[in-house]
Amino acid sequence: MSQPPTKEWQVERQIVDLSKERGNAKSQRLESQPYDRTRLIGEDLPMASDVQAAVPADVALSVRDLSVSLPEGMERAYAVENVSFDLKRGQILCIIGESGSGKSVTANAIMGLLPKAIRVSSGAVHLNGMNIVGLSPIKLRSLRGRVVSMIFQDPLSALNPLMTVGAQIEEVMAAHDVGTPKSRRSRAVDLLIEVGLPDPQLMYHQYPFRLSGGQRQRVMIAMALALEPAILIADEPTTALDVTTQAQILQLIRDIQRRKGMSVMFITHDFGVVAEIADYVVVMEKGHCVEQGTAEQVLKSPSHLYTRRLIAAVPRLTGKDRVALQPADRTSILKVECLAKTYRSGSSFFGRQRIVAAVNGVTFDLASGRTLGVVGESGSGKSSLGRLLIKLMDSDSGSILFEGRDIAALSEAEFRPLRPKIQMIFQDPFASLNPRSTVGQILTVGPVAHGMPYGEAAERARELLSHVGLDSGAFDRYPHEFSGGQRQRIGIARALMFKPKLLIADEAVSALDVSIQAQILKLLDQIQRETGVSMIFITHDLRVASQICDEIAVMHRGHIVERGPPSQIFLDPKSNYTRELVAAIPGEQPAQAPQHLANP
Amino acid sequence: MSGFLLNRLSQSIVLLVIVSIIGFTVLNLMPGGPLAQFGLDPGMTQKDVERLAAQLGLNRPLWLQYLDWAWRLIQGDWGHSFRDGSSVLAVIGRHLLATLLLMGTSTALAIAVGTWIGIRGATHRYSLFDYCATICAMVALSVPTFWFGLIGIYIFTLKLGWVPAGNMYTIGDGSVMDYLHHLILPSLVLSLVHVAIWSRYMRTATLDALSQDFVKTARAKGVSERRILLKHVVGNALLPMITLAGMQLPSILTGALVTETVFTWPGMGRLFLDSLGYSDYPVVMGLLIFSAVLVVLGNLIADIVIAIVDPRIRLA
Repeated sequence: MSQPPTKEWQVERQIVDLSKERGNAKSQRLESQPYDRTRLIGEDLPMASDVQAAVPADVALSVRDLSVSLPEGMERAYAVENVSFDLKRGQILCIIGESGSGKSVTANAIMGLLPKAIRVSSGAVHLNGMNIVGLSPIKLRSLRGRVVSMIFQDPLSALNPLMTVGAQIEEVMAAHDVGTPKSRRSRAVDLLIEVGLPDPQLMYHQYPFRLSGGQRQRVMIAMALALEPAILIADEPTTALDVTTQAQILQLIRDIQRRKGMSVMFITHDFGVVAEIADYVVVMEKGHCVEQGTAEQVLKSPSHLYTRRLIAAVPRLTGKDRVALQPADRTSILKVECLAKTYRSGSSFFGRQRIVAAVNGVTFDLASGRTLGVVGESGSGKSSLGRLLIKLMDSDSGSILFEGRDIAALSEAEFRPLRPKIQMIFQDPFASLNPRSTVGQILTVGPVAHGMPYGEAAERARELLSHVGLDSGAFDRYPHEFSGGQRQRIGIARALMFKPKLLIADEAVSALDVSIQAQILKLLDQIQRETGVSMIFITHDLRVASQICDEIAVMHRGHIVERGPPSQIFLDPKSNYTRELVAAIPGEQPAQAPQHLANP
Repeated sequence: MSGFLLNRLSQSIVLLVIVSIIGFTVLNLMPGGPLAQFGLDPGMTQKDVERLAAQLGLNRPLWLQYLDWAWRLIQGDWGHSFRDGSSVLAVIGRHLLATLLLMGTSTALAIAVGTWIGIRGATHRYSLFDYCATICAMVALSVPTFWFGLIGIYIFTLKLGWVPAGNMYTIGDGSVMDYLHHLILPSLVLSLVHVAIWSRYMRTATLDALSQDFVKTARAKGVSERRILLKHVVGNALLPMITLAGMQLPSILTGALVTETVFTWPGMGRLFLDSLGYSDYPVVMGLLIFSAVLVVLGNLIADIVIAIVDPRIRLA
């Protein structure tokens, strides 16, 4: 069924292309068009010509002194203040900033998708020379998906679970009255081919839940490309994806952008991604644009202090191994042998059972005072391994020798006295602290439950809070009063309350901004040096692992495919999978990693 | 799917057995009983009562009575009414249609109106409409139904004379129009509570769907607000409502005790109340089993419908 685009389609394409060219505003051909949307263009363009004098022809998107005000009572008056930048035709512009920098608000302002409470208070946004600020909702709608389209961070929730992939792609065309049902269908299949999805005929009829994260993002891209827009806005499109998938999606966006001469505005928080894809970079901090310039300029010789700090905070692959703290002490604290866990779902009676070997014959040992990194992509079994080690879940077979005692076989009651010795730091610092408890309660409830007098626990809690860099007043406050980084410090303090022998950190810095991430990693390192606690650091990010781990175990489909010091993993990987993983890290060539930045 | 059905079926049977045992026991533990009314009857001697008990099988131990009743039930014999000797199934059948008419109308009305109010309340959140709908729902939920029934009769029957005060039809008439005329007031009163519940749930579900990322995607595609609402929001919002609708099914067929009594509607609710009053245990037990089966069935149907509508469950 994958026919070449129909004649009707080609006509459509011409019209869209025409509308992109300025000056052709009221051509005869435009007026002869049967579709409603061309009437809208015809109306827009004369108005646009009034203001377009200021915008050079090679600029696809121009943002001038854009300010977006927040409702009263927020911590600042403007989400974005006096931001100006130009996206040149056929270029990729990266907007980089940490959370709260206003980068997504800027994107939504350009799309005309700001929530009602937040509005553009001043400035102009020129799309193809036309100022869209203050345009009526109907006109804005006619631009969205046709002249400018957008893809989002989480491709699962961004697709309607009840509609097939094909129907969702066709919807863009139907919304703008482009083509016939038949031509839309063949175009949708063509688009699925274009974004590199396997078996497009089958894919057309699939529901989103059947697709992997990368495939879903490809569907989003297909949807965004359907009407060949001049501008694509990508809001953190690879943040939710694994590194290898991220590399593929970045490549795809790059390819399509080159092939179509499209202009892309790419929002990210990751300097690695910027290095990989950007032509031009805009750095945002707290609603202001602090620096902009070509990718070369900003990355190689950043002028603004914030940019420099941000770049310095980016975790990099170190080719060097960590300096071990106590080389003499090599007693093993944890020895795991042939550990296995299999998930079963469905009913075995009726033959539809699905069996997933989440952890399969995992063997490793950890010396006391050392850190083992467990690195893998989603579904590799790294989090399952973490849960097995802390016995939040029972293993099927194998042994976990903790200080020489097999804890795998212990019952919950037998293991309970050992619990204080193995503590966990969780990923989400927002969800892992009870919002109804004060920080003091959160910290003391565990030790008190294990028999420590409250006074002693409270004293230790205050000590630890100042130790992890919070002031002692934090004791009586509630979690929502703290930022993400501060909450993670609370999480670390909570884990340390018991003076544990082993800390398991499951993606402990993944939800944090890079600058905060660097601080937390430093804190963990410092704590380890002071207390001699052993650590298992579970992460999807090889760069982070290389910062803090003495040894790294790479997991893939439940197996450990390679183990070794960071230098071996990054510079001389033995397994193919590790090599793939290292190669996929954006903006990073391990051998060339600048050494002065490698170990800040 | 077949495995799921089989599993649910076996669970349901266990559930029904437990419900019937509890129902049977509680019923027989109550003071009184079918023979108590003859205790003060001068025309009945103690011997007559004993003869009657033996005839009805009431002199046997309780567990034997239960087993006998259950065994007959399995064979399709629901027993006979103590009151007039007609079979329980026939008694239920006589009242079922009346209830179906009343409850069906009011539930359909409630779902239609409630869905509309819920969606509008969500899309126009914190508007005057939304506040009014919220307040009205709170009033409808907190004021007992019989009060609305009585006020309705006072205003629309006694003062305005628009509709009859009760009964399902006028004796001697019985045309379709006559039935509808009798149906208006009780079905409206009955649907008040259901509109309130349904609209609150629908509002929450719609707000939930509206905040989903795919709605933003649809906007970014340039899809019109109207189509976003119809195609993306309502479909996803209705999914959780199916479960609620499944829970409504038993009440559609078992009737509304209060409303049927207020409007002297000859439905299942009134049958239940009357049968309890007469200690007509076979009918009460029959109604109990009937509604228990409906509860099980309602939930099962809801689960099946969800599985059909939601591809994530259908194809998983």
